[in-house]
Amino acid sequence: MRIFATLRTAFRALRRNKMRTLLTMLGMIIGVGAVIASVSITSGAKQQVEQQIASLGENMLLVFPGSFSSSGARLGWGNWHSLQLEDALAIQTQLQGVTAVSPENRTRTQVIAGNQNWNTTVLGESPEYLQIRQWPLAEGEMFDNQQVRTAAKVCIIGQTDVKELFPEGNPLGKMIRIRDVPCQVIGVLQAKGLSPMGQDQDDLVLVPYTTELKRINREDWLDTILVQAVSQAAMPIVQQEITSLLVQRHHLQPDGPRDFLVRSQEDIAQAATATATVMGGLLAGIAAVSLLVGGIGIMNIMLVSVTERTREIGIRMAVGARGGDIMVQFLIEAVTLSLIGGAMGIASGMGISRLVASLTHWPTLTPFMWIGIASISSAAIGVVSGFYPAWKASKLDPIDALRYE
Amino acid sequence: MNPVIKLEGLRKTYHTGEVDVHAVQGISLEILPGEFVAIMGASGSGKSTLMNLIGCLDRPTSGRFDLDGIDISTLDRSALADIRNRKIGFVFQGFNLLSRTSALENVEMPMLYSHQHVHAPEQRRRALESLELVGLGQRSDHYPNQLSGGQQQRVAIARALVNKPSLLLADEPTGNLDSQTSIEIMGVFQKLNDQGITIIMVTHELDIARYTKRNIVLRDGRVVTDEFVPRRLHAEAELHRLQEAQQAINLTA
Repeated sequence: MRIFATLRTAFRALRRNKMRTLLTMLGMIIGVGAVIASVSITSGAKQQVEQQIASLGENMLLVFPGSFSSSGARLGWGNWHSLQLEDALAIQTQLQGVTAVSPENRTRTQVIAGNQNWNTTVLGESPEYLQIRQWPLAEGEMFDNQQVRTAAKVCIIGQTDVKELFPEGNPLGKMIRIRDVPCQVIGVLQAKGLSPMGQDQDDLVLVPYTTELKRINREDWLDTILVQAVSQAAMPIVQQEITSLLVQRHHLQPDGPRDFLVRSQEDIAQAATATATVMGGLLAGIAAVSLLVGGIGIMNIMLVSVTERTREIGIRMAVGARGGDIMVQFLIEAVTLSLIGGAMGIASGMGISRLVASLTHWPTLTPFMWIGIASISSAAIGVVSGFYPAWKASKLDPIDALRYE
Repeated sequence: MNPVIKLEGLRKTYHTGEVDVHAVQGISLEILPGEFVAIMGASGSGKSTLMNLIGCLDRPTSGRFDLDGIDISTLDRSALADIRNRKIGFVFQGFNLLSRTSALENVEMPMLYSHQHVHAPEQRRRALESLELVGLGQRSDHYPNQLSGGQQQRVAIARALVNKPSLLLADEPTGNLDSQTSIEIMGVFQKLNDQGITIIMVTHELDIARYTKRNIVLRDGRVVTDEFVPRRLHAEAELHRLQEAQQAINLTA
């Protein structure tokens, strides 16, 4: 039995009852469409979050100070002054796989330029900060190691501060006062936009960490150590090495409580995309149920079709069709039905996700892999749901089938 | 000459409920190539069962059945399907054409199930040749609902002939046709038989049986009469006479 002739027979049978064929396909269209739409929406959301996380920096690890118990009240991470500048320097000098380190100390304070003032975050950082965070300057230059050594009174400002402090523009070379320290603006950062948590990343002033620690904040602990690993693959190892180095430096038990915390970007990304993953799983589960219902619809219609065409089956058997030929014919019909339904489902799912994208401004993304998965499962549903009716058709007795009215 | 059909003590018993129905109770006969046989009998005489057995649609309970020298009684379902495809052409009372399928495609259908691969153009050529043989070459693209009963039966005959079978098996081929069309169809059969095709036909119409060469009468699953037709009717002459009679009525009316 030739495949082309069988396909033609299948198409003719499906054309014969256009309305019924369409309604049968509707189950597949809705099922596959729901899968594709939900996958598109959740992968779009995930991709957006991942891009935002990636915008934090490249291959970045963050070391935070540990938690602290005071008279039985346990304070959260970051409330203990356990990270010292020496820790950052040790990470930089002693660990392989580390390309850059920036010891960070933060202050939120009022900054004054001329007759303007603005409350912003002042970050003490090393010159490598821009490299770690993948953040180029719009103009000017970054402070260098010489200026770090001398705790130079220089600063780099973000775009928001340019707007608020220098409404007339041209901040380069001008002075701003951070607390009582006058600093010269030597560079301006490019705009970075909002963080994944909705904070304005451009609202900041960078100064050498020495300037921050000695002149502005007058502290000797760090709020964070930013570490850049040489590659993404090296990140788990570097994370491990930082942990053991700090355990050793802080004289801690190897498996006892820690007074610091090492987080990688991936940990953050996973946490941020967890909701999207759960939602996606839920939607896919619902979609799978509707696919099952679609499959049952196909099986139902194929059973009706076998009964309706009993006489045709009898004629075909009389002229020499084997049971297997009849079975293949009905299987191909079921698969054709489910594949066309699946293709229309993929198209409508992509259409729906486009519509959602344009109405809600959520980014959507249809992964090619899922188009493949949807096509293959459509065909599989056709085979599974067509099998029983096809088997039933193939087992018909030609004499009874010919006599069937 | 080897017989096309050779039956030896053929029996078929149906087990329905408590009573066994002995539909065919030991039939032995031979049919040679080129014969044109009518099998007759009242309903319940076993002629349909015999037809199904000869048509390889069913297997005998006991006895031996050789078709073209092949012992049929031991073959399985698939092998029987292949035998039907290669050796037997069926013509049914209700024509049994596939609706919404052109005459040509109906005739091509048996070749879809042939073991030897036939290319599409060759399929088409053979189907057209077969349609021309029954005088429907110009109507190959018509659908069954666009054809008269006689024309539909001709398409069915063309379909039965397309795989060049050893045997043409017709089950009440004129049962759904008026008398003139019946004679026309018998004319087609006589013409095919003249070309050497073996035909077995089941009928209950005595006058139709007189167009064949040999009549076999069954009663209660046994052969009661098996004789050659003494004064055989010729479809062409009968048609001619019928037309004259009709004209005569028209003249007098």
